This record gives sequence, structure tokens and C-alpha cells, in this order.
Amino acid sequence: MRRRELLLGAAGGWFAGRALGALAAAGEGQDVLGTLAGKRPLIQRALRPPNFETPLRDLAAAFTANEVFFVRYHLAVIPRIDPASWRLTVGGSSVGAALTLSLRDLQHDFERVELAAVNQCSGNRRGLFTPRVPGVQWGNGAMGNALWSGVRLRDVLRRARIAPDALEVVFNGADTPVLLGTPDFVKSLPAERALDENTLIALEMNGHPLPHWNGAPARLVVPGWTGTYWIKHLTEIRIETAPFDGFWMKGAYRVPTGAFPGARFKSQETPETTPITEILVNSLVTSHVSGARLVHDAKAELAGKAWDGGAGIVAVEISTDGRQSWQPAELGRDLGRFAWREFRYRLDTSKPGALVVAVRARSRDGATQPDKLTANPGGYHDNIVQTVSLEVG
Amino acid sequence: MRGVLLAAALAVTLAGAGALAVAGEETIQLHEGSGRDIAAARCAICHSLDYIPNNAPVMDRGGWEKTIQKMRDKYGAPVSDPEAQQILDYLAGSYAGKP
Repeated sequence: MRRRELLLGAAGGWFAGRALGALAAAGEGQDVLGTLAGKRPLIQRALRPPNFETPLRDLAAAFTANEVFFVRYHLAVIPRIDPASWRLTVGGSSVGAALTLSLRDLQHDFERVELAAVNQCSGNRRGLFTPRVPGVQWGNGAMGNALWSGVRLRDVLRRARIAPDALEVVFNGADTPVLLGTPDFVKSLPAERALDENTLIALEMNGHPLPHWNGAPARLVVPGWTGTYWIKHLTEIRIETAPFDGFWMKGAYRVPTGAFPGARFKSQETPETTPITEILVNSLVTSHVSGARLVHDAKAELAGKAWDGGAGIVAVEISTDGRQSWQPAELGRDLGRFAWREFRYRLDTSKPGALVVAVRARSRDGATQPDKLTANPGGYHDNIVQTVSLEVG
Repeated sequence: MRGVLLAAALAVTLAGAGALAVAGEETIQLHEGSGRDIAAARCAICHSLDYIPNNAPVMDRGGWEKTIQKMRDKYGAPVSDPEAQQILDYLAGSYAGKP
């Protein structure tokens, strides 16, 4: 009974404010704002489990503030964790020395590292997908860029004496399903990606402890890979010699094999489908939306962000003549190859009338944004060239 | 974790659907129609009902049929065959907005 009361009490304390207005379908231009405790108003995609995205205006900053960073959960039982009693266990069939670590252990026994990286939900922009597919109907804001601080996952794995036969590393968080029959949200990574020096167990985000809704007190940060692997409220790591066969690997977050570029997850691949892995090169205009009016002959600057799976952005190009010719935009400060890169471009407002602007980013490995979507049942990887239709007058 | 899961499941069983509901859910009103109550009761065990209208623009009868099957087979939703039929008829009638 006490547990039940605790659960209900926790649930009752979830929201600082009530949802505003009627609930609307996503992508229809009638976004509803809602407030989660500790967050500023976000675009409300669903209440329980909570799925909230960052409004466009809040994606204009170089780093996305913790108070507006998007929130994505699959399961509705989300405990508030006491950092003092939180423990992380490391075990599995490929471990020489199983570990139980406290927050203090992580803070004091391991080198502290920090890194800027984009966290992008696999389903970001699903609500813009054609043909439309089921799932949370995200717009552009299921993503953000943050400075993540913590420890290297590989330092923890080595402390546990990871064996050479390790194939995958499996991660579980404290959030759980309502029903026993619902698969817990557990994900795995290839051992080589888990051992990459950039894969972190983050304790802080933008210089502050992780917000509850973004995984307090510790979450996985897998720079360059989509958010599905960034397990929140991390409590358990298992190093295994066999492929993990949980539902969230075998039955979700998969794309047609060979359909997209990026890292392969070979131990989870079938001839038909394979796990989504790296973020594809992409860009987003944050300064203007279609329908905006520009004043004739007045200064106007287009601005936005470009990012990819870790090669780094080398160019952002703008076309105002129906994609026939492209001019380079000015790139902002390089925050690191896993972060997004700001871009700016002075628009020509000397001719009244329609001004259709197309934007495409190019990464260091030569990849650019395509003109056409690659259909897939999950509605993943929408990185097509964005067009913003403006009016000068 | 198992204890928490059991407690959560028990809370649902004892208090009925919506035992884990969060503030704001009470304002979500599904369209009137036969099957609404059973749809609301079963779906709200695991998630708020806004998932239904929010997915409506993407859904037709076939889409709802697949979704209901997924909820039962993959996520263990406690829905009997006759209930599934009622829920399908309701959702296909009231929330199939796919163009």
C-alpha cells in the first residue's frame, strides 16, 4: 500500500500547470503548449507517458536550455530518484568484475569529461512525414544541443574488466511499464560503440545536474546516434557475448536494411531490417517559418542549425532560385563535431514578391541532404532539404 | 523493479483505469460513440487518451486494427477479443482521419 501511495503521489506531482486549451493533432499548425514540472511551456504531444517537444524559438540558442529540452518517454512509471541512494550495477556474461557504483563513485573515481552533442529523437519530424505514419507526431523540436558532462562509459566498462568476447552492452533505466506484460525499455549498443571514447554516462547537462525529465541522475550519451540509445535514469549495464533480444531492439526502432547510410549494427541486423543508428546530415531554419513577411529593402537574415552523426558540418548552402544555384551561408562557432553548427545568410529583399528559400547542409564525409524522403514504417530519418516560403513586401 | 511493477498494476486493478493519470488528463474528452467507455478504460491503463486524437490524422481502420493488435500482442494490454472489436469499431468510426 505504501508503494501504491508513493506512486500515485509521484504521479500527482508531475505537472506544475495544466494543459492549455484543447488537444490538437500535431503538424496542423495548432500546437498546444503544456508544462511539465521544472520545464517552461513545451509543445505537448502526449501527457502520459510524457512526450513534449521544444518550440522552434527555443532552438535558436547555441545550447538548448535544460528548461526547454524535449522530453520523450515510452513507459509511464517514472520514479523520482534520490541521488544519494541511486546505484548503477555493471554485470553480464562478459565481465571480469561486477560493479555497483554510487553517484559519488562516478564523481570521484573516474575522469570527468564533457562534450557538446545533439540529442535527436529517432522520430523527430515524424509528423511531417509523407505518407504519414503512426507514432508520436513530432514536429522539428524532438531535438536539442547540450553540453554533457560525466564519465566515459568505457572507463566504467574497463573497471568492470570487460572481456574481449564482449559483443553488445545492454542498458536499462529506472522507468518501467505499467503492466508486467509490457516490455521494459532496454537497449543495447555494439561493444565497439560502447567503448568509443565519446560515449558517456552523463551526470550534468549544460552545467547543471540532469533535469528529472532528461534522465536524472545519470543517462547515457551516445553522440552521433539517435536518442533511442540515450537511456535515461540509467541503473543497469550488462556486457554480453550474445545479441540482446529485447523487444525494443528486435521489434522497434528499426529501418529497412541498406536503406540509409551510417554505422551498421551487425549483430542486430537481419536481411530485412536493422536498428536505426547514426543521425543523418540535416538542417533547420530557426529564424523564419513559412508564411513570414519580410520588409522590402530592409535587412533580413536567415539563421538556423546544421548537424550530422559526428563527421561535422563543413558547409550550409542556400538556394533562392528553386534549387538551381546554391550560395554558402556563414557558419558559426564550431562547438565540436557532434554538436550542431549555427549558420546565417543575408536575404535579398530588393524584389517584392515570393521568396522561396531552400537550405542544405554538407558534412565532412561528403554527405548532403536529399530532395526526397526514403519511406520507412517508423517515419525515421526525415532529413530532406527544407524549404521556407517567405513574402517580401 | 518487480515490486514496483506489481504495485503499479495493482493500483490500476484496484482503482480502475486512470489510476496513474496525471493532471490535465481529465480535460481529454473522447468523441461520443458506442465503444467509447471500453476504449477509454483499456487504453488509459497505460497511456493518456490524447494519444488517440493525436494519431487520428494518420489512422484508418487498418491502422487502428494493427495498433490494437500491437497493444495486445507486444505490450500485453488486457483486452479481450470482443473488447478489441468494440474498440476497433469505435476508433475506426470516430478517429480515422487519414486522408
